[in-house]
Amino acid sequence: MSADILIKNARIIDPGQGIDLTGDILISNGLIKTIGKNLAKPDLMTIDAAGLIACPGFIDLHCHLREPGFEEKENIATGTSAAARGGFTTVCCMPNTNPPLDNVAAIDYIKNIAASKARISVLAVGCITKGRAGKEISEMAELARAGCIGFSDDGSPVPSSRIMSLAMEYAAMLDLPIIDHCEDLELTRAGQMNDGWVAARLGLKGIPAAAEESIVARDITLAEMTGVRLHITHVSTAGSVELIKQAKERGIKVTADVTPHHLTLTEERVMRNPVTTAISLVYDTNAKINPPLRSDRDIEILLSAVNDGTIDAVATDHAPHTREDKLCEFEAAAFGISGFETAFGVLMTLVNSGKVSLNRLIECLTVGPVKILGLKGGITGILKPAMPADITLLDINKEWTVDARNFLSKGKNTPYDGQLLKGMVVATFHKGKLAYKDGSLRIAK
Amino acid sequence: MSLNEPRVSPAGQETLPPLSIGLWHHRHILDLDDFSPEEINLVFEITDGMVAVLSRDVKKVPTLRGKTIATMFFEPSTRTRASFEIAAKYLSADTVSLDSAKSSVSKGESLIDSLRTLQALGVDVIIIRHPCSGAPYIAAQNLQTSIINAGDGCHAHPSQSLLDMYTMKRRLGDLSNRKAVLVGDIMHSRVARSNMWGMKAFGMKIVLCAPPTLIPHGLKEMLARCNLNHVSIEHDINTALRDADVIMPLRLQKERQQSGLISSIREYVQLYQLNAERLAKAKPGAVVLHPGPMNEGIEISHEVAYGTQSLIEEQVTNGVAVRMALLYLIAGGGNR
Repeated sequence: MSADILIKNARIIDPGQGIDLTGDILISNGLIKTIGKNLAKPDLMTIDAAGLIACPGFIDLHCHLREPGFEEKENIATGTSAAARGGFTTVCCMPNTNPPLDNVAAIDYIKNIAASKARISVLAVGCITKGRAGKEISEMAELARAGCIGFSDDGSPVPSSRIMSLAMEYAAMLDLPIIDHCEDLELTRAGQMNDGWVAARLGLKGIPAAAEESIVARDITLAEMTGVRLHITHVSTAGSVELIKQAKERGIKVTADVTPHHLTLTEERVMRNPVTTAISLVYDTNAKINPPLRSDRDIEILLSAVNDGTIDAVATDHAPHTREDKLCEFEAAAFGISGFETAFGVLMTLVNSGKVSLNRLIECLTVGPVKILGLKGGITGILKPAMPADITLLDINKEWTVDARNFLSKGKNTPYDGQLLKGMVVATFHKGKLAYKDGSLRIAK
Repeated sequence: MSLNEPRVSPAGQETLPPLSIGLWHHRHILDLDDFSPEEINLVFEITDGMVAVLSRDVKKVPTLRGKTIATMFFEPSTRTRASFEIAAKYLSADTVSLDSAKSSVSKGESLIDSLRTLQALGVDVIIIRHPCSGAPYIAAQNLQTSIINAGDGCHAHPSQSLLDMYTMKRRLGDLSNRKAVLVGDIMHSRVARSNMWGMKAFGMKIVLCAPPTLIPHGLKEMLARCNLNHVSIEHDINTALRDADVIMPLRLQKERQQSGLISSIREYVQLYQLNAERLAKAKPGAVVLHPGPMNEGIEISHEVAYGTQSLIEEQVTNGVAVRMALLYLIAGGGNR
């Protein structure tokens, strides 16, 4: 059993229970034993957390661990090490592996590898359709019994409204969410980046906002018909926010998440790198992402949606790729950002500029995702005695410079390389064990 | 500053004197967006000297003797490639030519690996044509060797724009406030994009004329954001051609119909072909240019293509001189 640990004098922020106080947390046998003031016990590993924040471990609804099939990009061991460094104690991995997670054996494989190799909890998202091909629904009830926590064909959204509605009926029966990457593939065909002025400037094919919004609208309509819990992942446009807001007002069971990069970067990042400006245009493949980075106005609306609750959670869409996947022509480059290790620091830029409160940010990383998943997989997103001690320690004043070469993730593909950030994760406890610690962590004993 | 008359060396070969090219600071030629009017004028002054060289019996000058220039074309092109290679040979450079079908690109070697190999072989300038927008930029970011963009995807084709403007300037003189009309597939045209920057430097006005399906959605905002307020968009060709000094029909790829961007070639011809009747709506003495290769009978009628107002053949000849000037500035200026 893991050793007992005492976290002393932390600012404890637990948005799920409305807690924000200074105190101690005693961890025993992997569980939270006590939360209180002036807890003291001799012969105990004690962490001096004065000046630090202790909050429930972060939960990521959307990531790609690439195993099985794409281990050159990432595997469960490296991916969860990177996630732990990012403060995450639970991650939900998307099923676009090879083979895809459309059968019980594949889900079992993830569970088995995770049990021996993962630093943190890994929950699997199952496929909506067999082979992610959009033609026939997968054996969803079997997948649910095997432990998957929701369904998605992420990256290859189901084009057929009929198949989607059938899958939604099954998901509703199983009380699991459909997690949809909303994209009309006909409208985005050959698209490389947001269909706006930068695409026109660079001569790249555009991905219009309407490609996302038309499927958000379709999905909402189908969710109303089927009664499923619909989760729209990585929302990127102002129009999607408006549709989700209206649906929520009408009482449709829809939730949404947004990524750190869609909240902080615009399409301009594709042609300009604020850190290196050697050449007039950069065609930066590290800023190539689907859905694409959008406009200032979209960011403004996404931020207000985070603040007013229209958006329920922040998810990384951690999408690691090899150097070769990105060091090539823009059109040939893979979509995606390696996001675990920069997520919190990047999100803190929003707190530091007063756009989002720290408590709301932590809510979107903890209890926000739990409410979407519906307490599946034994995660609660709160700090409570007798619960597993999934706790993240944060230093919100610590400045650091992103250096992709030092990422624990195999994917060094980040548009934030070289950027100075303020606010970092200093330790991550998963079930009472230190899954990650920064060198600055003060351990008394 | 002016280019001195070429001297005659004792051996009877013409040489170009060393130039004062303090204005020139480009290591690569990727697009014209970072060219000042003075730099373009410098290119044109040197081009004048090259035109003089081209008018002689023996066209070869030893300026780039000992330099090696590679052309690397990942897309079929006979005209641009021949133009660059002839330009390099007239300057006495050694040339190497690779095309993607024969090079190791088809073996899965990455663009950057292929280019690094050329760099390691000691090539001084690499001229790239690539179907992907931005490919020469990726090259320039990862290599020390000078890169000349000979056309990248739908993005830029700086040497074409320079030869277009040089050709116009020789016929029309001062280009300021001249109105150029670019007709056709603006969406996929690297020539249109480079000309927006190049023509801006000379104070020209541009009208882009095409159906909305062949104009990028973000173009209007781009014009505003990039201070390209000399450019406007017009769907009707008759309105666009009013008072035009320069008309440039763009090549219409037949695939555009299959992908649904136009209804039919037949309708496109009715709406946008530059024919004699339409040309008459422009200013008397207006000139017609075409970046080639032409689809006669589609974007341009035969009689206009070969009529008195057409400068299309001159463009080809001037293209060699302009590219000689660019190679001279990049490889021969000693300003590295």
